[in-house]
Amino acid sequence: MSDFATLADITGEPDGWAETYGDETKPRMGFFTDTSICIGCKACEVACKEWNVIPDDGLVWTGESYDHTSTLGANSWRHVAFIEQRKPLRGEDEDGDALRWLMSSDVCKHCTHAACLDVCPTGSLFRTEFGTVVVQEDICNGCGYCVPACPFGVLDKRHLPRFEPSPDLLPVFEKKEDGRVWKCTLCYDRMHGGHEPACAKACPTDSIQFGELDELRERADQRLEKLQAEGWNGAQLYGRDPEDGVGGFGAFFLLLDEPEVYGLPPDPVVTTTNLPEMWTAAAVAAGALILGVLGAFAGGSR
Amino acid sequence: MTDGSITAVGSEMRSYYGRPILKEPVWQPEIPWYFFAGGLAGASSLLGLAARAAGNEPLAKAGLYLSAAGDAVSPALLISDLGRPERFLNMLRVFKVTSPMSVGTWILTASGATTTLAAGLELLDRAPRLKVLSETMSAVLGAPLSVYTATLVSDTAIPVWHEARRELPFVFGASSAASAGAAAAVVLAPEHAGPARRLAVGGVAVGNAAMVAMQARLGMVGEPYRRGEAGKYNALAKVCTLAGAAVLRTAGKRSRVAAVVGGGLVLAGEAALRWSVFTAGFQSARDPKYVVVPQRERVSRG
Amino acid sequence: MGSNMAENHPVGFQWVMEARERGAKVIHVDPRFTRTSAMTSKWVGIRAGSDIAFLGGIINYILENERWFDEYVKTYTNAPVIVDEKYEDTEDLDGFFSGWDPDEGEYDITTWAYKGTTPQTAPGKKSSHTRGEQSGHGGHGGGLSHGEPPEEDETLRHPRCIFQILKRHYARYTPEFVAKTCGCSIDDFLEVAEAMCANSGRERTGSIVYAVGWTQHTVGVQIIRAAAIIQLLLGNVGRPGGGVMALRGHASIQGSTDIATLFNILPGYLSMPQSAQKGGLKKYIESATSPAGWWGRTDTFIVSMLKAWWGAAATKENDFCFEYLPKIDDDHSEYWTFVQMLEGNVKGYVVAGENPAVGSANSKLHRRGLAKLDWLVVRDLVEIETAAFWYDSPEIESGELRPEEIPTEVFFLPASSHVEKDGSFTNTQRLVQWHYKAVDPRGDCRSELWFYYHLGLKIRERLKHSQDPKNRPILDLTWHRPTHGEHEEPSAEAVLAEMNGWDDKGKALPDYKQLKADGSTSSGCWLYCGIYADDVNQATRKKPRWEQDYVAAEWAWSWPMNRRLMYNRASADPAGEPWSVRKQYVWWDAKQKKWTGKDVPDFDEQKPPDYEPPEGAQGPDAIRGDHPFIMQSDGQGWIYVPQGLLDGPLPTHYEPHESPFQNRLYSQSANPRRQRFDRPEDPVNEPDAYPYVVTTYRLTEHHTAGGMTRFVPYLSELQPAMFCEVHPDLARECGLAHGGWATIVTSRSSIEARVLVTDRIKPIRSNGRVVHQVGLPYHWGSRGLTTGGSANDLTHMTLDPNVHIQEVKALTCDIRPGRRSR
Ligand SMILES: Nc1nc2c(c(=O)[nH]1)N[C@H]1C(S)=C(S)[C@@H](COP(=O)(O)OP(=O)(O)OC[C@H]3O[C@@H](n4cnc5c(=O)[nH]c(N)nc54)[C@H](O)[C@@H]3O)O[C@H]1N2
Ligand SMILES: Nc1nc2c(c(=O)[nH]1)N[C@H]1C(S)=C(S)[C@@H](COP(=O)(O)OP(=O)(O)OC[C@H]3O[C@@H](n4cnc5c(=O)[nH]c(N)nc54)[C@H](O)[C@@H]3O)O[C@H]1N2
Ligand code: SF4
Ligand code: SF4
Ligand code: SF4
Ligand code: SF4
Ligand code: SF4
Ligand SMILES: [Mo]
Repeated sequence: MSDFATLADITGEPDGWAETYGDETKPRMGFFTDTSICIGCKACEVACKEWNVIPDDGLVWTGESYDHTSTLGANSWRHVAFIEQRKPLRGEDEDGDALRWLMSSDVCKHCTHAACLDVCPTGSLFRTEFGTVVVQEDICNGCGYCVPACPFGVLDKRHLPRFEPSPDLLPVFEKKEDGRVWKCTLCYDRMHGGHEPACAKACPTDSIQFGELDELRERADQRLEKLQAEGWNGAQLYGRDPEDGVGGFGAFFLLLDEPEVYGLPPDPVVTTTNLPEMWTAAAVAAGALILGVLGAFAGGSR
Repeated sequence: MTDGSITAVGSEMRSYYGRPILKEPVWQPEIPWYFFAGGLAGASSLLGLAARAAGNEPLAKAGLYLSAAGDAVSPALLISDLGRPERFLNMLRVFKVTSPMSVGTWILTASGATTTLAAGLELLDRAPRLKVLSETMSAVLGAPLSVYTATLVSDTAIPVWHEARRELPFVFGASSAASAGAAAAVVLAPEHAGPARRLAVGGVAVGNAAMVAMQARLGMVGEPYRRGEAGKYNALAKVCTLAGAAVLRTAGKRSRVAAVVGGGLVLAGEAALRWSVFTAGFQSARDPKYVVVPQRERVSRG
Repeated sequence: MGSNMAENHPVGFQWVMEARERGAKVIHVDPRFTRTSAMTSKWVGIRAGSDIAFLGGIINYILENERWFDEYVKTYTNAPVIVDEKYEDTEDLDGFFSGWDPDEGEYDITTWAYKGTTPQTAPGKKSSHTRGEQSGHGGHGGGLSHGEPPEEDETLRHPRCIFQILKRHYARYTPEFVAKTCGCSIDDFLEVAEAMCANSGRERTGSIVYAVGWTQHTVGVQIIRAAAIIQLLLGNVGRPGGGVMALRGHASIQGSTDIATLFNILPGYLSMPQSAQKGGLKKYIESATSPAGWWGRTDTFIVSMLKAWWGAAATKENDFCFEYLPKIDDDHSEYWTFVQMLEGNVKGYVVAGENPAVGSANSKLHRRGLAKLDWLVVRDLVEIETAAFWYDSPEIESGELRPEEIPTEVFFLPASSHVEKDGSFTNTQRLVQWHYKAVDPRGDCRSELWFYYHLGLKIRERLKHSQDPKNRPILDLTWHRPTHGEHEEPSAEAVLAEMNGWDDKGKALPDYKQLKADGSTSSGCWLYCGIYADDVNQATRKKPRWEQDYVAAEWAWSWPMNRRLMYNRASADPAGEPWSVRKQYVWWDAKQKKWTGKDVPDFDEQKPPDYEPPEGAQGPDAIRGDHPFIMQSDGQGWIYVPQGLLDGPLPTHYEPHESPFQNRLYSQSANPRRQRFDRPEDPVNEPDAYPYVVTTYRLTEHHTAGGMTRFVPYLSELQPAMFCEVHPDLARECGLAHGGWATIVTSRSSIEARVLVTDRIKPIRSNGRVVHQVGLPYHWGSRGLTTGGSANDLTHMTLDPNVHIQEVKALTCDIRPGRRSR
């Protein structure tokens, strides 16, 4: 990948990546995760760890239903959320004791406009010929910029001593373990071999559906129609819309409640959409600074 | 058992067991110190060149040396923060305007080079033309150097940073100006430091004004500045900068001691300000309501 | 019902999900709202241990509302059969069937017989222990001298025909009774009953899926019988989309019952010879043969097996070495054996592929038993609790036992796992699927096959020169197998070929119908005969389903004879026509004069539907052309079981051994025939001291006693601690804090667990009284990456009499806030 391949993203134009690959470009691949058929078996989490040789994430019992993974991070690239609700799956709650148990396998969204990729100063994060977003671990220098840039909190640094609320005021110079960021690669390596990603392969109910994005979007629309016709409560597509704040997800979802209930932002926007505004403000501020300095001499040079 | 709901600004807000949606930054204490040092360096080089033009040689020297000092520690701080310090140079693989860190690294490198060259020549009193050239270059880079870090933090998903994208450059710019002025006021004899004192006082005034404006516009999202770690540093910053400015304004001219005390207070205050902004980001990422509530409002506004 | 399929059979559950998507109504009846419930159209929460009440209610609903499949019931089941006058029902005897012997604590089952027959009672005094459903086909004889019961009433009106007995037996199982006993709402019950009835008849079928939520009760076998009665009444057996489906356990637990790891059966469900029975092979065959049906060929099965074992040494003259077979004289089941250990009657013990120190009911008793052995061999992937009990266990921690005082010498032998060896898995559907070794075993890890084969060679080497006749059985065994590799790994396929068997020319037999009783054929297990047909390993076939027919007959191989659906003759009506186009499966082709269809017909191919057995017909020939159940002596589906069960011919609602409730029907509250050991180490909970119902179960993230999961980081982190599931009301009642600790107590022991407060576990409201249920996964123990209290330290050893299975699904406990006092 040439150093300036990422320029396509700088322009931020949807699917701008395509040109940069010329005839190597492949159809954009992604996931449609249909949570209405997720049985919460976590096979996706395990398959991902097995395939990508990810270290375990610590043995912490949370009491948060059956979820002890809690969040996506450097050591968890799939995360199955469990939500227990006093509410029926479909229709009205007649006798009042209806229950439903929502399960959903979260993953990197492989955004059309990916903040992580936009802000990466080394070009370690790049757009593959499949339109997915991948970290090149041999290039990442652990600057950590992509971590707060992701509107979904997907990326994290591996094994970095976490920042304490009250840090020591002096810099810590000691060498850190690994120090790079990690996230879902959409099994870039498997895709080269023409294999579907490990998590999708392991999913027994096909809750995780892998394929060409356009085709997945059609399938999702039909699925939503069916569920709405059957009166499923809260059924909605999340990240399917190419017009949304990140230009649509490469890995989108069918949810049965509002996104925030699953720990997802209700209306994510890629930070770089406001970049012109930011640079303008900076330029004006810089100008003001210059004037300010000159102004300081208005009252005399000494 | 059911999904953890927390109440935010009156409105019932739902979340996933109250867990964060965003990842906290993984940046270490080096970073706020870099904001401070880099800002000081940038503004100082401006101050120096202006002084040179105005014929205030001592102030010109001081400005140049201060910015050289700032430019010297900055990379050290940045590199030590990296997860893979040995890969610092990967920063120079690409140039991306979508990545303020990329842009900033180029600025810092260039400014570092020119400033050091100028300072060296100043010291050895050689090649006056080249010196002026490089001095001018470094001054030109000084303004962006002292404000871009605001853009760097704004260009993330962290609400308290991103939503402040308009004001933050002014806060940082003013803070840089104030630090530069104060530093010069400390090292110089009062009779040469008039513009420096004025710059410090002006910077403090503008900075605090910008801070007030910023928090006013942020509203609920600005809460971190009134709470916890960030709140403490914010208050400290106000007190120190205003007190310091007052001292400089009233007594800085007559007494060297007052200049040192006043300048010291301003410097401390500006450092505290950087820390306040820095830690506010962590607090903002930690609580999902700063993500959900505004985004929900945006959605309902349509 | 009684299965948590989504969590415990997730891969198989994909088909249930597909059915749901195609509009099938999926119902889950379980004390807890589980990951399965979350996927179904309807969840009904019931009290653990109340299933027969629920199912009996459905039977009553079918009968009251005349919803049974009349034509099916009349010809394919024994509903019309008249039962002996001596038979008396639990409804007449307040919870006992006729023939109860209070002193022996057993039934004399002769009074349950069909009119005009005398059931063969198995020999031997201790019959109670050694007979039972899984002790071979014990029941199938029915004492019928001929394929048809002497007296039947096709109109089903005769007061003592089975149909009328059934009606009377379940008359009191009204919706009200069900609601009160199970703690569910009347409406919920009726919705389920109606759904069952709606999926019956010519056009539709329904199926029932169960697993150990049903079996692990003192009435386990009878719960499943109740489901069988429902399906027979609704005509849902032997038809596509019908059936009572047992979801089995370990990946090849089905195979291990087929090839007989159970003490009381030989391969292919032949019953184990008993020392009390004299008269050699002849007598054995007599008692194990039923005059009609395929068990009429028992002689060919057993002789072929003996030839497989002792080959040339087995001759007609020496009864084919029948006397070499070990004989049993008592229970010998796992639980009985551990009681003998406590008594000091067991010197050495070999544990392979089991972790009784965690997995067996009253595991504390088990660990104390192990501490009485001279030596113990444990073959496992990791050093499990059973191997480490002598230095790492609750008893050691509490000081009850001290390592230096335990005489047991423990040998831990590392085993290779299924990916490290060739072999087969026989799944729930009797499908035998072959798997090849993926990686070489590490270090000293060896396969089971390697271990027992080379152990055998060593023993035979030692005995080489022995003249002692008692060593002949070992020395005469056909033992040599081709081996390969540096460790001389025996060929697993050679073993499979031997199970299939050969004719006298050494050619692999195509199916069990070719087996002979004259010693000219050999077959290690008659049921598997055909798996090596044409000298190819049929289990390796992996043709994808989209490249072949409806039943995917070319995917692996299923016993018997690659049949995918047993008793499938029932998928056609008595005249041999499919019940409906929609549900056609196997039918009589009048032109070709043979049975054909989508599957291998489970019937004599040439036998026409109107076939009537001639006088004196024997074996299969004695079965009518319209009687599909060819393993039964009368070819009929048994609604009522005259013989083969120890605790009654019909399922009856009994309370669990430990229950906070008194039986609503009888003063005899629990199953009188349940198997008990009455030992001080296995006390009974006093009802008042232990007011809550507790049930134990699995989680997707762990496997059984944990040897394969608690030592694996990727799985341990997914369920990193032992916990208990309690309802918010119970938490309030006992002051349990969500996320905090609780101590669960029974008269056996006490354990601690993290508290998970959830609405998903159902409080039982019955007669204005609320009884709470506590849910406990049973995966934890003292070793591995995640450690915690073993649920089985709390459970007791009272068993189902027929199959000796522990009642760990419904017992009582007390629960207190905070950690266990040490
Ligand atoms: N992931 C995973 N899969 C497994 C296993 C494992 O350990 N982990 N084990 C394997 C083995 S060995 C087996 S035997 C199978 C067992 O498979 P299952 O039988 O599904 O296993 P359990 O979870 O023990 O019990 C099933 C359900 O029975 C419910 N139950 C408890 N008491 C009663 C009752 O009185 N009536 C009714 N109707 N339901 C009741 C429990 O709440 C539980 O949800 O799973 C196999 N598959
Ligand atoms: N309270 C309660 N108790 C129960 C149950 C319940 O539901 N509740 N369920 C019961 C049921 S259904 C079952 S099946 C039992 C299971 O209980 P156990 O069988 O006692 O426990 P497992 O962990 O299945 O033991 C299998 C062991 O075999 C080892 N192993 C795996 N592969 C191989 C191999 O190839 N060779 C050898 N030598 N070892 C191997 C594994 O590491 C594991 O330690 O638990 C029973 N106990
Ligand atoms: S979800 Fe986050 S990490 Fe993934 S592509 Fe989008 S911005 Fe990058
Ligand atoms: S941490 Fe690595 S991937 Fe992330 S922005 Fe920095 S260099 Fe790029
Ligand atoms: S696509 Fe690959 S890397 Fe991404 S979650 Fe699935 S298995 Fe993991
Ligand atoms: S594997 Fe599929 S069904 Fe299982 S948790 Fe993951 S997404 Fe859900
Ligand atoms: S563990 Fe194996 S047997 Fe059990 S469900 Fe998964 S695949 Fe099937
Ligand atoms: Mo099992």
